[in-house]
Amino acid sequence: MLAKRIIPCLDVKDGRVVKGTNFEGLRDMADPVEMAHFYNTSGADELVFYDITASVEGRNLFTDILRRVASEIFIPLTVGGGIRTLDDFDRVLKCGADKVSVNSGAIADPSIIGAAAKKYGDQCVVLSMDVKRVDGQFRLFAKGGREDTGIDAMDWAARGVAAGAGEIVLNSIDTDGVKNGFDLEMLDELASRVSVPIIASGGAGNMEHFAELFTHPGIDAGLAASIFHSKQVDIKELKRFLRGKGIEMRV
Amino acid sequence: MIAIVDYGVGNLFSLSSSLKALGLETEVTRDAEKLRAADRIILPGVGAFGDARAKLDDTGLVPVLLKEAERKPFLGICLGMQLLFDRSFEYGEHAGLGLVPGQVVDLHDDLEDKTLKVPHMGWNSLQIVKDDPLFKYFQDGEYVYYVHSFYARDCAASTLGTSRYGNVAVTGAVRCGNVWGTQFHPEKSGDAGLRLLKAFAEL
Repeated sequence: MLAKRIIPCLDVKDGRVVKGTNFEGLRDMADPVEMAHFYNTSGADELVFYDITASVEGRNLFTDILRRVASEIFIPLTVGGGIRTLDDFDRVLKCGADKVSVNSGAIADPSIIGAAAKKYGDQCVVLSMDVKRVDGQFRLFAKGGREDTGIDAMDWAARGVAAGAGEIVLNSIDTDGVKNGFDLEMLDELASRVSVPIIASGGAGNMEHFAELFTHPGIDAGLAASIFHSKQVDIKELKRFLRGKGIEMRV
Repeated sequence: MIAIVDYGVGNLFSLSSSLKALGLETEVTRDAEKLRAADRIILPGVGAFGDARAKLDDTGLVPVLLKEAERKPFLGICLGMQLLFDRSFEYGEHAGLGLVPGQVVDLHDDLEDKTLKVPHMGWNSLQIVKDDPLFKYFQDGEYVYYVHSFYARDCAASTLGTSRYGNVAVTGAVRCGNVWGTQFHPEKSGDAGLRLLKAFAEL
């Protein structure tokens, strides 16, 4: 059977990996190429790179980094950040990305999901969403979690999958950075609505949180940044721990 | 030199990078002469079968590939492996290259547990069912990376390895004479995948 996946996420700004808590207060951590090598040898099943640069220079730097990582590291790479058009898909795929994640770009123009799925295949299109509870509803947020769209997040996910999204990254703003565990309630709700793989993001603080996550059968992968970057959780150790609990892992 | 067939299907960046990382000379090409001169040929591919077959036909390379497959090691990867079979039932019925007996069918139809997600996407363990030089550096049960919704069936005589998904033993690796195929992506399967490509380069 398929192994559950452990995915470190690298937020890249101006050529450096950064990670904030609750999307604010970014702090510089390391060189993305070096970090990709580190994760490749420590058992990461996949890597996610988010380009959080706003400038053209930063974007070019990001594509160079991506090309270097993709020519040296042979596990799946997902790239997101600033993806709005098919040209953006094309740009990162040519640099070695395997999957492309869309977030605010799809909110601004939902047709990008279907157009990209048609051109590159469903498996290539990852719908990434930042979700927060507002008035008893799971609400979709845009612009890195800063803007409430008023859209019901679960409806949005179902529409995205119908249009061709092959995978969903669900980042709970409510649990992000808090390190008290993944947002299982939100994840279960999503799993009941869509049939594509779900990557859980936001809230991982220790190894037990992953064990708890994978007792929920609808969840395929756990994504985290700072706990891996700070080596608070070692991926090899985490995977051995999870396998010891009977969860299928590539060790 | 290992020639990677360029017929406008899929992303060849990782595949050529992985061969280069192994120190192997490689060329992405649609030039018949280069395919004839190559020591080995890799047929990649992603997307839908019918579309890929049409694009391959458009290159005019099919007769060349069929001939070269008799003379040198030939490897199909993912959809490139599916193209090796007799036919596929992905959105209609399409003829394959007929290099490996068998057919390509919808995985979802054969799964008893309909809650299992399709595409079969992620890392699955490859069980070796027939030893082969392709596995020279590969251990039984190592994990490889899959992304696909259709799979090859009725090809037991050629099957080298399978991965369990629900009730289905997904055909992971096949061989028929000089022709090998992997449904998974060795170029995305980390160290285990690189070791398979290394073995292919030594066949």
